Amino acid sequence: MNAKQKKNLARILIAAAILIALNFVEIHGVGKFFLYLIPYLVVGYDILLKAFHGLKNFRAFDESLLMTIATVGAFALAIYEDGDYTEAIAVMLFYQIGEWFQSYAVGKSRKNISELMDIRPDYANVETDDGLEQVDPDEVEIGTVIVVQPGEKIPIDGVVVEGNSTLNTVALTGESLPREVSSGAEVISGCINLNGVLKIRTTKEFGESTASKILELVEDASSRKSKSEDFIAKFARIYTPVVVICAAALAIIPSIISGAWETWIYRALIFLVISCPCALVISIPLSFFAGIGGASREGILIKGSNFLETLSKVKTVVMDKTGTLTQGSFEVDAVHSKNLNFDAEKLLHLAAHVERYSTHPIANSLRKAHPNERDDCTVEDVEEISGRGIRAKINGQVVCVGNEKFMDEVGAAWKECYKVGTIIHVAVDGKYAGHVVISDAIKPHAKEAVAELGAENIFMLTGDTEKISAKVAGELGIKNYRSELLPADKVSEFEKILAASSGSVAFVGDGINDAPVLSRADVGIAMGALGSDAAIEAADVVLMDDDPRKISRAIKISRKCLSIVKQNIFFAIGVKFLCLILGAIGLANMWAAIFADVGVMILAVLNSIRTMILPK
Amino acid sequence: MKKTYKIDVDCANCANLMEAETKKTAGVKDAVVNFMTLKMKVEFEDGVDAKEVMGRVRENCKRVEKDCEIFL
Repeated sequence: MNAKQKKNLARILIAAAILIALNFVEIHGVGKFFLYLIPYLVVGYDILLKAFHGLKNFRAFDESLLMTIATVGAFALAIYEDGDYTEAIAVMLFYQIGEWFQSYAVGKSRKNISELMDIRPDYANVETDDGLEQVDPDEVEIGTVIVVQPGEKIPIDGVVVEGNSTLNTVALTGESLPREVSSGAEVISGCINLNGVLKIRTTKEFGESTASKILELVEDASSRKSKSEDFIAKFARIYTPVVVICAAALAIIPSIISGAWETWIYRALIFLVISCPCALVISIPLSFFAGIGGASREGILIKGSNFLETLSKVKTVVMDKTGTLTQGSFEVDAVHSKNLNFDAEKLLHLAAHVERYSTHPIANSLRKAHPNERDDCTVEDVEEISGRGIRAKINGQVVCVGNEKFMDEVGAAWKECYKVGTIIHVAVDGKYAGHVVISDAIKPHAKEAVAELGAENIFMLTGDTEKISAKVAGELGIKNYRSELLPADKVSEFEKILAASSGSVAFVGDGINDAPVLSRADVGIAMGALGSDAAIEAADVVLMDDDPRKISRAIKISRKCLSIVKQNIFFAIGVKFLCLILGAIGLANMWAAIFADVGVMILAVLNSIRTMILPK
Repeated sequence: MKKTYKIDVDCANCANLMEAETKKTAGVKDAVVNFMTLKMKVEFEDGVDAKEVMGRVRENCKRVEKDCEIFL
């Protein structure tokens, strides 16, 4: 509670206490009026001042002015009838309670969200001649070596130069399994160092580091307003004037006809109390804010309330294969050379040597399968033959590594493989030695992810060969897929799906090569984006780790959030209209009006806070 | 040119009013007021003095909502 909230709470309590005490005092006439004026002024003086300010600026529909007219009017009626002043004071009192509650609830959820996103590092330790010095991370230049002690947050992205430790990345990715790091590993800011001391050479400035970027993104997200928010803002602009005009009509027309003007002015005052739009206006952005904050806690960054809204309407999910459903890193699956009396280890050894200088993903996987590639074998005359493979001289033997065409050219009698994957053939001195099968493994949770989304809603688009795509689609249960697509084909295929779909279409990719499709989609979702700036730029929703189950999680969260938004809109507008009608025909009194104004707001705010509790 | 300012305002509807006023101010191309983060993002017309425009924005906002504040 801040100072202003404390002061207002005190005013509310004092006024309420006086009001209750006055119930036990027997007094009539002018004395009663002045006694009741005390709690009214205690709780409402600022509203009166604001109303005066609004009047000075010709703002006819100022909320404070409306409240003032309603309460002063009720007071005047009470004087005329020498009746009960309690109603007038209660309107003001409850209006203030509502304002106070709103301010408290919003402040509380602001704080909760910023605690959820507790990844902002406060300082960095820089090594100087007199030991460690704590500095503002903003002042650390690229290339500085910083020290991170156990229990501290890594302040800036960098590379470990010394030390071993495990990192807790839960605040960034929602992944609770700690990550092992040692010298040479890239680390990102926002992770918590659990046990060892790490020395890190920074590779980015603080402002460009992951933690800062994520915070900026989440904070900006609620500035991109959704259609629901625009609707309610527009509605509020029309609602208040219309209700006020109705109130004026209600006070004048029936009074002239029937002459019972006390009754009709009272009913008009009820209208003024209900005319405040705050209950409608506050609950909608609060719901979105809480939804975005809650999702970010799980490593799902939604870049705007508008995207949260679109995400909830997603019917079709189009997915890239490589890096989204599969690991995206190729691995040696099998080495077949036994039938040719060639040692499998030796085959891999030779293939790795030939691929020594290549940067192709296939080459990387071959070298990974044979870790100590740089031994004392001589590797000479490396020659890359485009579209075929690579030829090199290893210890005097000519080794050719490549596809079927290459084998045909060197006259090696290659054999078909029964396995599905990329087949790399090896020939030694023109004689076929065997082949290596390289494949891209399916992600551990890909199958569950597909099941959760519903296989019939999924399209898989890939540039990979038909054979491999069919295998992956079959294993995951995906029925709709298109293979052998060039990047441009992906866009046109996607547009076809977009045209055929009745709901919104999401595209999920890893942000590499698929930026055009990401931006074409109703919602572009990039996954495994940790550390990839390009993906964060291009996508509307960013999944921090590469678990495909997060896709359905994100959709679930968005649906819950939007259903709460809808409940609030219908509930608030519904109750207000109901009270207006009942008020006009004389079935609702001032207390019902107070409920329609303050009660509805409190309920709507409480309902919005539910968005922070994530669905299971 | 876009700039972000910290603001203080009590109610969500007042924030919407501030946004509408800011958008109407001469020299402002577009503006978004974010009530939840208490921030105001203002996009200025080309070649205007942001400081001078923001002075006017603040004045206009104060007129619709006495209690609001824009930290310039």
